[in-house]
Amino acid sequence: MIPELGQVLLLLALAVALIQGVLPLAGAQRGRADWMALARPSAYLQCLLVLAAFACLTSAFVRHDFSVLYVASNSNSLLPLPYRIAAVWGGHEGSLLLWVLMLNVWTVAVARFSRSLPNVFVARILAVLGLVAAGFLLFMLVTSNPFDRLLPAAADGRDLNPLLQDPGMVAHPPMLYMGYVGFSVAYAFAIAALIGGNLDATWARWTRPWTTAAWIFLTFGIGLGSWWAYNELGWGGWWFWDPVENASFMPWLVGTALIHSLAVTEKRGSFKVWTVLLAIMAFSLSLLGTFLVRSGVLSSVHAFATDPRRGLFILIFLVLVIGASLLLFSWRAPSVGLGQRFGLLSKETSLLVNNMLLAVACGAVLLGTLYPLFLDAMGMGKISVGPPYFDTVFTLIMAPLLMLMGIGPLMRWKEDELSGLARRLRWALVLAIGAALLTSWAAGRIAPATTGALALAYWIIASMGVDLLERLRPRGGMSGGVVGRMRLLPRAMVGMWIAHLGVALFAFGVAMVKTYETERDVKMTADASTEVAGYRFRMVSVSDVQGPNYVAAQALIEVSRDGQLLATLRPEKRIYKVQSNPMTEAAVDSNLLRDLYISMGERLDNGDWIVRVQHKPFINWIWLGCLVMMGGGLLATSDRRYRSRQTRSAELPAGMAGEGTR
Amino acid sequence: MNRFLLPLGAFLLLALFLALGLRLNPREVPSPLIDKPAPAFQASTLARPEATIKREDLLGKVWVLNVWASWCAACRDEHALLVDFSRRGVAPIYGLNYKDKREDGLGWLGRFGNPYTDTLFDPEGRIGIDYGVYGVPETFVIDKAGLIRYKHIGPVTPEVLRDKIEPLLRKLDANA
Amino acid sequence: MPMLERGILHALLALLLGLSLAAARATEAPVVAANPEIEARMMVLAAELRCLVCQNQTIADSHAGLAEDLRQQIREMLAKGMSERQILDYMTERYGDFVLYRPPFKASTLLLWVGPGLLLLLALGTLWRVLRRRQAMAPEAFDPDTPDEDAAR
Repeated sequence: MIPELGQVLLLLALAVALIQGVLPLAGAQRGRADWMALARPSAYLQCLLVLAAFACLTSAFVRHDFSVLYVASNSNSLLPLPYRIAAVWGGHEGSLLLWVLMLNVWTVAVARFSRSLPNVFVARILAVLGLVAAGFLLFMLVTSNPFDRLLPAAADGRDLNPLLQDPGMVAHPPMLYMGYVGFSVAYAFAIAALIGGNLDATWARWTRPWTTAAWIFLTFGIGLGSWWAYNELGWGGWWFWDPVENASFMPWLVGTALIHSLAVTEKRGSFKVWTVLLAIMAFSLSLLGTFLVRSGVLSSVHAFATDPRRGLFILIFLVLVIGASLLLFSWRAPSVGLGQRFGLLSKETSLLVNNMLLAVACGAVLLGTLYPLFLDAMGMGKISVGPPYFDTVFTLIMAPLLMLMGIGPLMRWKEDELSGLARRLRWALVLAIGAALLTSWAAGRIAPATTGALALAYWIIASMGVDLLERLRPRGGMSGGVVGRMRLLPRAMVGMWIAHLGVALFAFGVAMVKTYETERDVKMTADASTEVAGYRFRMVSVSDVQGPNYVAAQALIEVSRDGQLLATLRPEKRIYKVQSNPMTEAAVDSNLLRDLYISMGERLDNGDWIVRVQHKPFINWIWLGCLVMMGGGLLATSDRRYRSRQTRSAELPAGMAGEGTR
Repeated sequence: MNRFLLPLGAFLLLALFLALGLRLNPREVPSPLIDKPAPAFQASTLARPEATIKREDLLGKVWVLNVWASWCAACRDEHALLVDFSRRGVAPIYGLNYKDKREDGLGWLGRFGNPYTDTLFDPEGRIGIDYGVYGVPETFVIDKAGLIRYKHIGPVTPEVLRDKIEPLLRKLDANA
Repeated sequence: MPMLERGILHALLALLLGLSLAAARATEAPVVAANPEIEARMMVLAAELRCLVCQNQTIADSHAGLAEDLRQQIREMLAKGMSERQILDYMTERYGDFVLYRPPFKASTLLLWVGPGLLLLLALGTLWRVLRRRQAMAPEAFDPDTPDEDAAR
């Protein structure tokens, strides 16, 4: 009964989404206030319906309803409750429902927090979001219905993939989807502005917080995925340039460019065409990611169960949505204004170069990800493009970007001159190089590429220091001490500094861990020990343990340094009862300076275990960097400008007044 | 106007390749050994450890090499078909028992039938590596000059046998 | 000390020494690799190769049977003195270019390797042209200048 109810709810949601997508849009064109007024209520209604459908699916999992095909494929009677709930988005059909739910959450948020926006604009935005939702709902109902029945019902389910039975994995898809889907808001704002012909600084100011919020979620989702993979997959890697990882990284790169582009459009009215194109591209890349993961076109450890029919549907949807958007873009872009002037050496230019580098990086990742497909489609054989390619190409493009991050923020708008910049930054450069050499020497080995990367990380921080000092320095006419001047610093600026700091921390972590990590494979038996990087690892025992739905061989390993016991780690080799593939559960001792990572390999015939011990210095700075980036974004979003009510209504741009007749 | 159409143009080109990609299988790895000489081997036979069989022994005739193992579930799917094929005497099939134990392999053949004129024993998988084997079962067609002409990955189906392998065998047999 | 006692003492000391040495050796876990230097070189090579069974791991990381066989094969080839280039060629002869995670430099992969650089040059060139064009335009084409609210730099 409940699955059938869920199905009906989805059908109703589709109907409402279509109403939401069509009528307000037509109403905005024709000046029909009654049609436009349907936008908000239908957004709320659609969200309610989808939420209810999601609840139906969740209840099927919680109640072990194995007469639902999706539940039988992804759950099991032994699966603990939290993972039963997470299993709702563990497979293709359910994750689509999660996608639509997230889209509805964002839509409702826009509907709720857009009181000060003109009605016509809101109508168009919600309509675009409604059309996208309608497309996904249609896709679900036609090809990927999570409520399909399995008759006769299975006696027991096939269990959730053991790799997914982990807390990190529970949070990763929702956060990732919040990010992916969140860019649909910037997209909808862009399309609405293109249709209405009112792209300007005010539009940029409205769009910015939504975009930053989506970016924050996406950063979290990607970081979480990487951290989860590191802890769960058992071999100590944290990024593999897998097609699906790339599919989430490309919108992030373009989203970052979009945030910067919006900043310029808001402040100077410039870059409008670029900004709108980036907004369309960010969401298009999200959609492309959806296609790559679910169509079977690329081989990936992440890919859902594949079906070319589903792939075809998504591709058609992709072509319609992106094709129409780019067509609209090509039609409207020529008449968009140029904004204010700026010189060749200016903050505007440095931001343009920044965005260009990010876009090229995204293009390179896209090229590498799709190239095997490209060659195969032309009958020119099969190749693989993996980490050796991506690591090389990506770091080469990122290096100038990191360099620029230390210069751009200090540049003046409109016009700046080189000698002044050089004077302000020369000590920062010297400090950065010095600190990098010192760090490399302290770590034990001076490797040129690593020292370069460290120098770039320090450079960003040193440059920020210069910026901060300059702003805190007493100026003519300004009184009130350092603290007073600190309070005057706009949140958006402090947010930017913190976000850039996050990037520097990330770069530092990557450089240190990739260069100075060590590992050792040993054969261990009770009481055997080995030493890695000054730590002694002693195996105390190996015993059999029972989990809720698995059995495992668990080793007890004591970690000590200079005779002091630091930690007791329990790596496991698990065999899940239903799917019976062995899983390596690594044990990690973490602190800010290093991770000690232990994983069990094979059991040898004589009872010994092969154990891999790894020392990873500063690896947590990678995820710390992600968190700090998010913090910076959060701070920037909370800037007064976005919350003040008076400024907004007073600043309606000229084009808005006669909107109803457009 | 035209420079703003560039993004659309680029996207449509991309979509074209994605559409083409839908008909491909990214996981299938074609063999680089097609039309190249079959790698040399010298292995003991499965039934009699003291006998050896070399690649040179098989020159001058068209033959099929089938890679299998007793632990391979998919091999059972194609086995009845191969037994039937061997009875029709179209071409000799030689087996390559891959990474298996002698007793297990012989026991498996005893239970499910033996279509092979003879079976090579490859417990370490070295011959398999030379032939680019990455999953069992795999099937090769080798011509009179000792060149590999065709490789099929996965269980042989009646359609593959009828539409690809048998016509090829007839064609190769007709050549001198 | 009388001869016999000294002899017994020496024997006891020797035994004790031997036992403690044995004990110390017993607690030090032996490294899996027979030859650590070859092992390190093997892992570097293995990280460049794709596991064909799971297809989304390197041969260094994969636990698949074929991956282990190939790792062993690489060890033997390194021990025989084959160069890295020769070993990679060995693999591609048998498995094709698919097995390389670093795509080879060929006519068909030219666009792949040159692509990012080309994109960068194209983007820089476009940027240059756009900026140049803007410099040449009359001030009326732009919005009126507003003061820079960020700073009195």
